[in-house]
Amino acid sequence: MANMPLEAQHHHSPPTGFIRKYVFSLDHKVIGKQYYFLAIFSVFVGMVLSWLVRIHLVWPNVHIWGLGALSPAGAPGGVISPEYYLSLLTLHGTLMVFFVLTTAPQAGFGNYALPIQIGAEDMAFPTLNMLSFWVTFLALCALVSTLFVEDGPPISGWTAYPPLSAVGKLAGPGQGMGQNLWAVSIALFCVGSLLGALNFITTTVDLRCKGMTLTRMPVTCWAWLITAILSLLSFAVLFAACVLLILDRNAGTSFFLPSGLLISGQLQNHSGGSPLLWQHLFWFFGHPEVYIAIVPGFGLISHVLSVFSRKPVLGYKVMVACLLGIGFLSFTVWGHHMFVSGMSPYSGFLFSIPTLIITIPATIISLLWLGTVFGGRLRFTTCMMFALGFVSVFVTGGLGGMFLAQPSLDIFLHGTYFVVGHFHMVMGVAAIFGMFAGTYFWFPKMFGRMMNERLGKTHFWITFVGVYCIFLPMHFIGLQGMPRRYSSFVNEVMQPLMPVHKFMTIAALITGASQFLFFINLFWSMYKGPKAPENPWECTTLEWTVPSPPPFDNFGGKHPVVYHDAYEYGDVQNGKDYVMQTDPAGSPASG
Amino acid sequence: MGKVFAVVLTIITTVTVAIFVSRHWWFPQVASAHGGAMDHQFVETFVGAAIGFILAQLSLALFAWKYGERKGETRPIRIFPGGAKWLVVLALVYVGSEIILLEFVGQKVWAAMYFTPAASDSLQVQVLAGQFAFYFRYPGPDGKFGPIHTAKIDESRGNLFGIVQSDPGAKDDIVTVELAVPVNKPVELLLNSKDVGHGFYVPEMRIQQDIVPGMEIPLHFTPTKIGKYDITCNQLCGLGHHTMRAFLEVMSEEDYQKWIAEQASLQ
Repeated sequence: MANMPLEAQHHHSPPTGFIRKYVFSLDHKVIGKQYYFLAIFSVFVGMVLSWLVRIHLVWPNVHIWGLGALSPAGAPGGVISPEYYLSLLTLHGTLMVFFVLTTAPQAGFGNYALPIQIGAEDMAFPTLNMLSFWVTFLALCALVSTLFVEDGPPISGWTAYPPLSAVGKLAGPGQGMGQNLWAVSIALFCVGSLLGALNFITTTVDLRCKGMTLTRMPVTCWAWLITAILSLLSFAVLFAACVLLILDRNAGTSFFLPSGLLISGQLQNHSGGSPLLWQHLFWFFGHPEVYIAIVPGFGLISHVLSVFSRKPVLGYKVMVACLLGIGFLSFTVWGHHMFVSGMSPYSGFLFSIPTLIITIPATIISLLWLGTVFGGRLRFTTCMMFALGFVSVFVTGGLGGMFLAQPSLDIFLHGTYFVVGHFHMVMGVAAIFGMFAGTYFWFPKMFGRMMNERLGKTHFWITFVGVYCIFLPMHFIGLQGMPRRYSSFVNEVMQPLMPVHKFMTIAALITGASQFLFFINLFWSMYKGPKAPENPWECTTLEWTVPSPPPFDNFGGKHPVVYHDAYEYGDVQNGKDYVMQTDPAGSPASG
Repeated sequence: MGKVFAVVLTIITTVTVAIFVSRHWWFPQVASAHGGAMDHQFVETFVGAAIGFILAQLSLALFAWKYGERKGETRPIRIFPGGAKWLVVLALVYVGSEIILLEFVGQKVWAAMYFTPAASDSLQVQVLAGQFAFYFRYPGPDGKFGPIHTAKIDESRGNLFGIVQSDPGAKDDIVTVELAVPVNKPVELLLNSKDVGHGFYVPEMRIQQDIVPGMEIPLHFTPTKIGKYDITCNQLCGLGHHTMRAFLEVMSEEDYQKWIAEQASLQ
């Protein structure tokens, strides 16, 4: 009875016009791809920005073709000025954190695969889904446009701490229009993410097909559900913070601004605000955000390791419990970004406890991955290589967190390259490895063709060794007290580190260049790759029961029924070592 | 492919550990009383982390080496002995005890710096950070700072600090561009900012504190080694962020007395 109105509501016929089909599409599969390509565009721009940042650090006088035309003030003659360096790194951070790490793993792959994996025709609210993408697209336009306004992008970093970010043009180049656009962009992004989160939660709760109990869901679906809950609770707070920042900047309010500020010799007419308020609001979002970026990766990697080890995910329920635990704890640890911020030292002590405790579920998850791989029949596809790489870089990056979680060590390490190395490894590189794994895994389903394995493997090897060469040395120079966000090396501690910086820059250029192998593979395979069969990976979940690519309503008018858990691999029966979730025969599901 | 992965990962693990252990890149030498305990705590954390790192990476390498599927192979899979249970126990015991240990050891260092107030005989110095310089104020013989107001700052008239000159407490105050302190004597800094957020970072002293406008944040430490150290701003403060630095000079008691007398005569 309950199903009738829902299904009636969700039955829509395929659109025919180009615009309804590819632009303002309501189809979750198209929207998923739109998010994916938005992330591809952002990651490309973000990567080029990181090149410029790295080049400026070690060859500050080099002329970069075209940059002078883009920003005559910031890079006169194509030579990056110290302030333009800050603009570029602000834009790099914002693009990567928001428009790459928050879009592709969740809104991209999640939109594409979640409804099919749970046996639904579409997301619960297709129109909302379309809106969430287009709002996010507007947010991206606002952010990228900062490159073209007078004075360029803001120089206050992706964290935009006030007063620097709140007092306007006086505080420096990019702090006028650039910072306004930044704040509007992030506020819009929050709206898009909130709409998406509502949709993910409702879809997962309401639209699972017959037999798809919660514990039969693939870990990916759990991960997307938990991420959506984190997004819902944290982006709302960031949205409020951005609105307050916009008001402080343009309406004369003083949420983040205390009295008596003397900026560039001009006394400011603000009073009563607190710069720390922004930090609390920002990091209340900012720490769950780290998990918003990585939890979809956790889900995917668990899934992929199981598929290509031909083994069930070890401890499925423990894994889900750990994901839930991490999700909950992620809201209790934001203060570890603020140990030396001037907040009460008692808070610092308190925040360090959950921060260290969160390493327990993270450790269990990593051990479960190792236990999943143990004793399997490993198939080293490119996707599997990236999954194994994910485990390695996640462990390496995560261990850096053991140091930073302790306030007394953070006194030394805060704001150094140790932090930069840590978060790039654990949330940047690991999440990107998750995206690569996701791409190589779902590409056949999304585009109906196979990617090139040889190109994929080459891409993997250069990337895997490359990221270690870029981000591991950052930990070492952090130990020497090298501060981040410095555009040049001003003293006797920093100057001897130049060779290390050169090494990292060269590694970044090579690793970055190798990403073109990926782009070539992606776009070439899309049109020229060999046709993909329905289930190339011999995987059990629902998306592999439908043609590649799936029809408009996913299941061709049929209603799938699920009889099995998501990970029944290993036992060879009738020449197959896996049981599809929809297979009515075969051994019945057991916990 | 699995074997190549195993070899590459083993090399990465070995090189990483070797570089850390060689201490080629390591903390600058400690020059403050509390710094030694901090370094000790780092080493303790490092040992725990290194064991986890080596075990995790090498097991991953080993499994990739050992369990690759040969074409058409139907070798039965092996479930991890004991299932997830023992892994959960391992994580709880190993990470749990590590956490308890580190919290106990670590909080002592943290508490000594932040929970206990500065010693009563500390030398108090007020710090004013602004885009892109630090200024320092000593209270003079009366031991009192007069109030400051950013509105009074007037660089053309030499009032770098915004001192209210009519106030009696401010009469003998000494404003400098360099921070000098006597060795082995506790120092308490009172950190202020006139414009945006800044940072106060001296790696050798193992001190770092953000400077937040609208707040006066105290920070105390005891320098133990004579020398000249860099104070760097470590909170992004604008286009000249990387140029914002000053010197902390730790002197013998006599040198310090000479220096402060000289500074007083310049006011």
